Amino acid sequence: MTMIGDIAKLPASAADAAPARPQASVATAGDYAALMKPRVMSLVVFTALVGLVAAPGTIHPVLAFTALLCIAVGAGASGALNMWYDADIDALMSRTSARPVPRRRIAPGEALGFGLTLTGFSVVVLGLMVSWLAAALLAFTIFFYVVVYTMWLKRWTPQNIVIGGAAGAFPPVIGWAAATGSVSLEPVLLFLIVFFWTPPHFWVLALLRVDDYARAGVPMLPVVAGAAATRRQILVYSLLLLPVGALPWLMGYAGLAYGLSSLAAGVLMVALAWRVWTATDGPRATSAARRMFAYSILYLFALFAVLLIERVAGRLVGVSLAG
Amino acid sequence: MNNKPERVELTEEQKRSRRSRSIALALILGAVVVLFYFVTLVKGPAVLNRPM
Repeated sequence: MTMIGDIAKLPASAADAAPARPQASVATAGDYAALMKPRVMSLVVFTALVGLVAAPGTIHPVLAFTALLCIAVGAGASGALNMWYDADIDALMSRTSARPVPRRRIAPGEALGFGLTLTGFSVVVLGLMVSWLAAALLAFTIFFYVVVYTMWLKRWTPQNIVIGGAAGAFPPVIGWAAATGSVSLEPVLLFLIVFFWTPPHFWVLALLRVDDYARAGVPMLPVVAGAAATRRQILVYSLLLLPVGALPWLMGYAGLAYGLSSLAAGVLMVALAWRVWTATDGPRATSAARRMFAYSILYLFALFAVLLIERVAGRLVGVSLAG
Repeated sequence: MNNKPERVELTEEQKRSRRSRSIALALILGAVVVLFYFVTLVKGPAVLNRPM
């Protein structure tokens, strides 16, 4: 066996055959932050916060913060592992070509190590300090996003984001589990809202970036089935999302403010999906798709924000009545 | 014969980025220490005892 001290004694031919010295990294802390997909992370943290606050009972603020931090870090780990695996197709798409790995700011191995380290940290700390059920759900979410969605579904089927959307729908359930140590029907309803929201949100983006996805060979719905079929599916899922969004109110878990807000927001989502379906050509089609994409982000934020405000207001009223 | 070990000379950009990473790591480690301290205060002796 060759020990480290023996390297100096290696013959010249062996030294010549040794791999080249690795280049010193030029990656900044900002590059590593970009590897964690901060915009996706912010939506994950927000939906997890709503799940955590909506849960019955109380959780100490320090533990709530720890849970949200772990969920955020877990989401960042998923993003880093996604960028490690998808570096080849990211380099081919204009939307993703500036990411740190395709730009060679961070080596693929570094992104992999970073993602795995964050995964271990987030899951273990969440388990030890808050709840092992929440930790197990977080581990499953990372596994689902990286292995099931990124490695398997994304390059295989146009239903990739329908099934893979489950990964993005788990954070409110994890937040709930962190607060209660269990899972019930209410967080499952929040899961369903994000799950049914994901396809129209990503398909309308895919309509705008169809050339990108085609160049990279990613079988998104517009690439495989065409724009007309995608527009129809966007409308169908928006129609399904309308009642699903109102389910927390219909099943008695949310108040009238949420019920009316969810119906109004859902009707507007359907109206925008209708415009996407009917405007099939030229700048009108692009404008309709852009508008719906921007609105879809606002839709999800608004629904969860109203739910959050209702719960916080309800607790404040409860505290003042008890006082 | 020159016996001086071969050394990597970092460029200015590499030095700047290394400094940026070092500062970020120091801040993160410090934040983790503070977090663990407060969680230990909150949970007390039961810090490792969580029901499912």
